[in-house]
Amino acid sequence: MAQDDNIIKPMPQLNFKGRDIISITDLSKAEILHVLKHAQALKRKQQPKMLDGFVMGSCFFEPSTRTRLSFETAMQRLGGRVIGFADPAVTSAKKGETLYDAMKIIGQYCDTIAMRSPIEGAARRAAEATDKPILNGGDGANQHPTQTLLDLFSILETQKKLEGLNIALVGDLKYGRTTHSLAQALTHFNARLYFVAPDALQMPDYICDELKAKGLKYSMHQKIEDVLDKVDIFYITRIQGERFADPMDYERVKNVFVLRANMLGGVKPNLRIMHPLPRVNEIATDVDKTKHAYYFEQAENGMYVRQALLGLVLGKL
Amino acid sequence: MPNKAPKQLLVAAIKNGTVIDHIAAGAALKIIRLLNLASHNNVVTVGLNLPSRAMKLKDLIKVEGREITPEEIDRVAILAPIASINIIKNYEVAKKFTVKLPETIDYVVVCPNPKCITNHENMCSKFHVIKEKDGVKLKCHYCEKIFKQNEISEYKNN
Repeated sequence: MAQDDNIIKPMPQLNFKGRDIISITDLSKAEILHVLKHAQALKRKQQPKMLDGFVMGSCFFEPSTRTRLSFETAMQRLGGRVIGFADPAVTSAKKGETLYDAMKIIGQYCDTIAMRSPIEGAARRAAEATDKPILNGGDGANQHPTQTLLDLFSILETQKKLEGLNIALVGDLKYGRTTHSLAQALTHFNARLYFVAPDALQMPDYICDELKAKGLKYSMHQKIEDVLDKVDIFYITRIQGERFADPMDYERVKNVFVLRANMLGGVKPNLRIMHPLPRVNEIATDVDKTKHAYYFEQAENGMYVRQALLGLVLGKL
Repeated sequence: MPNKAPKQLLVAAIKNGTVIDHIAAGAALKIIRLLNLASHNNVVTVGLNLPSRAMKLKDLIKVEGREITPEEIDRVAILAPIASINIIKNYEVAKKFTVKLPETIDYVVVCPNPKCITNHENMCSKFHVIKEKDGVKLKCHYCEKIFKQNEISEYKNN
């Protein structure tokens, strides 16, 4: 079998067994690369018996179809089983039970738990309630580390490297949890960032301060056309009307931050377009059949990254 | 209040106990609550908004019959970051120390983020202290949001 030259060299000293994955900021550069290395291997060749006999709790206190199905499929395709819930209305949260108690009990049934909650810090608290590894599938507007990891994996797969890339983050940068997290993670990889957003939704100061402190270069822009031809990765997020106090402000911008196929004439051949999904109208459907569209494969990569994390925290990788 | 030669004090001297001086104006009553200083029938005298050369305005607490430890006062350091503590024995200063801001602050601070789990469950808050040139910032251990000290408006009532 030919050696893939973009497979990262193994780092056997890292031990993830029993570890909680709560925040992307908890992971060092070496640890991130370790996860991506295993995701690559699993994408090339599945391991359908790796987690035979293990059970994952899927505890979604907030609706999420994609992340939940991705985690559950990841576990099932490794030979593991899944229990859980997708709707908090069926849990005893209604009866006033604390998250701490609920997770302590569920941790007695499973070997690992993937969870999502609208409350920030919930995953961190759950990790205190049980020894079983917690995988944070999103806690409010705070963290969604598996999304960041799959975003990094997608960048690696398409660019064959993570270092020194030009990356545009576009759309709702003020409230966009995925863009904050990705920017934080890219401080490990010497990226040059371009932030394209309406003024009211630009990247917040507290993120920019963190980036500056870590030596990351970035610039702010108001039009997609200003950066599109310069970048290797174009990562766009949905702008929600609800974020604007004045509906007229939303009307003014809603068609400005839209990517169409006819804008791609001068882009770099290696450009890839990414989106955490769901995509509404910010990427026109005529982009889908261009060679630059990568957002659907990006979602598929989520399964491989989650498989890698499950294998690592359960001590099988 | 009695005058004491040679200095004129606005708050009476104590025989044995602790003086907490140079407290940020407005913080003394919170500190008394958080450290439970008025329990066990201790005599506690308090000065609020006293003039101060070092701080313009300060609060002051004198607790009779109790020696406050450095560990106790460090717990409330966020409310009185330049406080000085004098342990008094027989009207004389027997020991002096200053407050030291710890690396983490448990319980004392209420997270200003309404969506933080610490405001939804019966649990202790926890903050990591980030010291910067122009002041102190606090990062919530749970919701990971970072706040400047002047963005903290609520502290736990004991």
